[in-house]
Amino acid sequence: MPDTLLEVHQLKKVYETASGPVEAIGDISFDMRQGELVCIVGPSGCGKTTLLKCIAGLLKPTAGTIRLADRPVTGPPESMALVFQEYGRSLYPWLTVRGNVELPLRHQKMDAAQRSRLVDDALEAVGLEHAGRSYPWQLSGGMQQRVAIARAVAYHPEVLIMDEPFAAVDAQTRADLEDLVRALHIERGMSILFVTHDIDESVYLGERVIVLSTSPTWVQDDIAIDLAPERDQITTRALPRFTELRTHVYEQIQRAKRGEAVRPQA
Amino acid sequence: MSTPADTMKSGPRGRSRGTRTVIAVLYAVAVPVVLIVAWLIWAGVSPQIFFPSPIAIAEAFVNTWLGPSLTNDVIPSLARLGVAIVLAITIGIAAGTVIGLTPWLRELLEPVLEFFRAIPPPVLIPVFTLLMGITTSMKLAVIVAGAFWPVLLNTIDGVRSTDSVMTETAQSFRLTRAERLRYLVLPSAAPRIMTGVRQTLSIALIMMVISEMFNTSSGLGYRIVYFQRNYLIAEMWSGIVLLGLVGVFLAAVFTFVERRVLRWYHGIKETERA
Ligand SMILES: Nc1ncnc2c1ncn2[C@@H]1O[C@H](COP(=O)(O)OP(=O)(O)OP(=O)(O)O)[C@@H](O)[C@H]1O
Ligand SMILES: [Mg+2]
Repeated sequence: MPDTLLEVHQLKKVYETASGPVEAIGDISFDMRQGELVCIVGPSGCGKTTLLKCIAGLLKPTAGTIRLADRPVTGPPESMALVFQEYGRSLYPWLTVRGNVELPLRHQKMDAAQRSRLVDDALEAVGLEHAGRSYPWQLSGGMQQRVAIARAVAYHPEVLIMDEPFAAVDAQTRADLEDLVRALHIERGMSILFVTHDIDESVYLGERVIVLSTSPTWVQDDIAIDLAPERDQITTRALPRFTELRTHVYEQIQRAKRGEAVRPQA
Repeated sequence: MSTPADTMKSGPRGRSRGTRTVIAVLYAVAVPVVLIVAWLIWAGVSPQIFFPSPIAIAEAFVNTWLGPSLTNDVIPSLARLGVAIVLAITIGIAAGTVIGLTPWLRELLEPVLEFFRAIPPPVLIPVFTLLMGITTSMKLAVIVAGAFWPVLLNTIDGVRSTDSVMTETAQSFRLTRAERLRYLVLPSAAPRIMTGVRQTLSIALIMMVISEMFNTSSGLGYRIVYFQRNYLIAEMWSGIVLLGLVGVFLAAVFTFVERRVLRWYHGIKETERA
């Protein structure tokens, strides 16, 4: 496939702990194309963060391979940005909002003016153009997560990876941030891999939803979301098709939880 | 009529900021003033040989420390103290960072460090005198060797307890080693390091005085012992007052620097309390 961006092949991860091995990921395989917005949804503790850390080159898989833009991932790739589940611990409190967004650009070959433009542009994209001089801890949770997103946007990654980024913010903020992610995808053509445990969120955001089983994890289902690209919190969520898709994802997760699904032949 | 701006400027109970500053200063000086007045009265009622009146001490202070002793004793002592503090903090942070970030080195050195830390610093003086003679470098070495432990040990602890998510963030954005040190490891260890610096300052002052009490012929510590041996009691007390003032000055500089370096840290604490 020419435009395959990310390729996860028979990934397996076993944690060696003091009380014996913990198999977090059984066998996961999937592909992601350039410019796609893929949601990964799965029950709590099923290994979503583990999967993302393997893809991001932060964890070494026990078995299997990951390729990004046709290169095997062995360490953190150059062209990938992460937005973590714990935004409070991912921003550096001693740096201003601007300092945080600028930090990953410091060692890249560009002059100060260009760097400054990238930062301005990213802050504007997330609606924080006036907060550059504030410190992260002076902002609300939702705004902090926007800073983390701005940092990733300024980095201009080939793929943006987000780990349950909105799990800890209130419903209204969450809706705004979801629309921000959609906007980044539509307007900037960003490829996004978005992990969530929220079924509605995965259907609303994704073009594809990959359903994971409970641990030890494999891919339970891979569903194309055939909703129009222009989405709206009220009208899209009210569509009969939205409800159908949501029900489908929900059923798959229930089946996974009951352990009904059979592990696919690798 | 009061506008919103007015309400913002005046503090609780409607006092202006100026008034509050004055009140704060009054609070701060009230106890010292009362103590000095009480001492004055007491010294007037029943004069004591070993506790001269504050006026006698103040006179001795001006005559002793602002005379030739300023260039012979005070300035050399304080210069040694200043240089030694800078050295102790620099060595402590540098060595602490290396040890803290190198697990095998840390495990290797930990028992040794525990042992050296447990030795009371003043016993270093005979050792260093033997090794280096009675020189300025000996005095510097004694102060540094006695005072750098808190910075060293706190830096080791500080740099190894960097938050795991912050570290993963740095890895995923491929920050260079130098960037990680400058923007992640050292700032996140800064609160611990500052705790160490505070202790280092007080130990350094103690070590400065003690290093000058043996086998020397100048310096603040030497002068105080000299006055005591020659029954110049008011002069002796004035030296103690001078040391107290130096300590207060160091504490003030520390607070000034700490407020700036750890602005974010205090800011977080304030937001958490609110
Ligand atoms: N460092 C580790 N050592 C041992 N076991 C771990 C480690 N990290 C995660 N696990 C285990 O692996 C499994 C998957 O964890 P992971 O955090 O990847 O799940 P998750 O889907 O991201 O969960 P959540 O929805 O809570 O974010 C869990 O059973 C967890 O206990
Ligand atoms: Mg997780």
